Amino acid sequence: MKRILYELIESVRIAMAQIRANKMRSALTALGVVIGIVAVTLMGTAIAGINIGFDRSLAMLGEDVLYVDKWPWTGAEDWWNYANRPSLRPEDAVKLNRIIAASPDSQLAFAVFADGRSASIKSNGNSVSGVWTQGTGAAYGRILTADFTEGRLFNETEDESARQVVVLGYDVAQALFPGRSPLGATVTIHGQPFQVVGVLARQGSFLGLFSFDNQMVLPLGAYRKYFGVRDDYAEIQVKIKDKTRLDEAREELTGFMRRVRGQIPGERDNFNINGGAIFKEKLDPIKRGIAFAGLFVTGLSLFVGAIGIMNITFVSVRERTKEIGTRKALGARRRTVLLQFLIEAVSICVLGGAVGLGFTYILFAVVRGAMPSFPIEFSPLLVVVSMLVSIATGILSGIIPAWGASRLDPVVALRYE
Amino acid sequence: MSPPAPVEARPVRPVGPLVIAIEGVTKLYQMGEETIHALRGVSLEIRRNEYLAIMGPSGSGKSTLMNMLGCLDTPTAGKYEFNGHDVAGMVDDELAEIRNREIGFVFQTFNLLPRSDALRNVELPLIYGGVPTHERHERARQTLIDVGLGNRIHHKPNELSGGQRQRVAIARALVNRPSIILADEPTGNLDSKTGVEILALFNDLYEKGNTLIVVTHEESVARHARRIIRLHDGLIESDGPAY
Repeated sequence: MKRILYELIESVRIAMAQIRANKMRSALTALGVVIGIVAVTLMGTAIAGINIGFDRSLAMLGEDVLYVDKWPWTGAEDWWNYANRPSLRPEDAVKLNRIIAASPDSQLAFAVFADGRSASIKSNGNSVSGVWTQGTGAAYGRILTADFTEGRLFNETEDESARQVVVLGYDVAQALFPGRSPLGATVTIHGQPFQVVGVLARQGSFLGLFSFDNQMVLPLGAYRKYFGVRDDYAEIQVKIKDKTRLDEAREELTGFMRRVRGQIPGERDNFNINGGAIFKEKLDPIKRGIAFAGLFVTGLSLFVGAIGIMNITFVSVRERTKEIGTRKALGARRRTVLLQFLIEAVSICVLGGAVGLGFTYILFAVVRGAMPSFPIEFSPLLVVVSMLVSIATGILSGIIPAWGASRLDPVVALRYE
Repeated sequence: MSPPAPVEARPVRPVGPLVIAIEGVTKLYQMGEETIHALRGVSLEIRRNEYLAIMGPSGSGKSTLMNMLGCLDTPTAGKYEFNGHDVAGMVDDELAEIRNREIGFVFQTFNLLPRSDALRNVELPLIYGGVPTHERHERARQTLIDVGLGNRIHHKPNELSGGQRQRVAIARALVNRPSIILADEPTGNLDSKTGVEILALFNDLYEKGNTLIVVTHEESVARHARRIIRLHDGLIESDGPAY
């Protein structure tokens, strides 16, 4: 046992001496591994980032909220099947709430209608256009996942009386009132004065596509007064009681909506139930596919690096054949010689891996510094995994030449010039 | 090459117990279509504290016999016992073990590790023998002092003269206190003066009770031994005292 330890220490020492003695060669060989590890770890960082960004985005939708829409979020292949569906109306929400109230065992808590469109907002000469403007009820406050930096959502009275009040998204508030509190100020939407009653905390964007901070929320009555009824983006948001029983709630909601719509059995649903978890189900296989393909392609570059290591280990064995003979004459066993060359290959790989990981970290830090919201993630797990991958690469690429070296006939090896 | 050494009667020490017993050993090599009979039936006994020279022209089987004695190779047929152990049937790692414990090699080209200092080189057999670090250093250092290199312990081979390198190699051969020291043309890469010094060191080691086997083609080297075996065409031609 002790002997193995001494041999191991000796092997590491020889490997280090060998790498030092052949700096250029070792560096170039390690470069292959550096590039491979950088590619793989960057891909790992990106995949982890995508996952985190995705989860963060889905959390914004609320884990316990289902959305009844005309369209499925995940895209409709045959849009004409959906285009003729009836739009969602506020009355649908009212009917739905009535059914929910009549079913005490229901998994559904309540429904709230929301309509939306893009609009511009002005204040004191500042103006922001393309703001996602939502008209909804006071109950929306119980669905909203974001916090308020200041103020509140409009209350029931303001809602029912269609008061001209507004809640601003973080970015909208920042753009119109830089360094000031907008609370109580009057802004102009669609030529009409609205009073700011609340500002939402920063939420970020949904999958980098749609910013939750670039929005404003009005009471539905006020919204409809000025924007009319187009209802293309109208939806009913339904809060559920237990987010672990999402499937049950979804089925229940489908049944309730069919009753609301008066659909007869056998008829296809003329609405879609959407939600974060449903979205996730649809996107997970795609995400896994991207991760697999990405890791495979970047893994190829690591494979090329491994071939470089294998080549250099073959050269190293060839060059030191006589030394192997001498060591064997002095009592080195097969295992000893095998370990020596294996450790040499692994050392180069681990050095390359560490440098590669360093590069990845620098790139990560630069990207993080430049674009804080860009979803990438550099985790301790990534460090552990990539070091393990480096060691495995070293073993795989070193094993064949090292095995050959260990089986050299000492007589032949000693005679080798 | 070397000047003819003066022939003088050297004291022959009483021999000890049997170390090597070889009986009817043959060795065949396959060279393409051709089978080469390197050894055609060699029998030989070597006892503790002998100083033996093996001579013969190239192709005589001298190198093959040396590899056999050094447990680097096994015979095709015949018996080989080393301190009572049957070497003929040993596998690679068992041979490595016996080489490590029982045999000290001295090569014509020294075969030192170029990037390791003298101490490291001498320590090598002890590392393979599993000797603890502290004892390893101490023994290697002491052996280097014994061969007269006490002040060169941390020199690398390229900082040493040829004679000094061969002394490091001899220290490496001695450090594990082997049963035999096997030297292959130990003076072949040295000038004659240094060669004589190395042979004097060998004589010294012999006087101290070591068993030496020197393989050479030079009479002047062989004459330092106490017994000479001459090989010809894979057979022992003569085996007797050096003078």
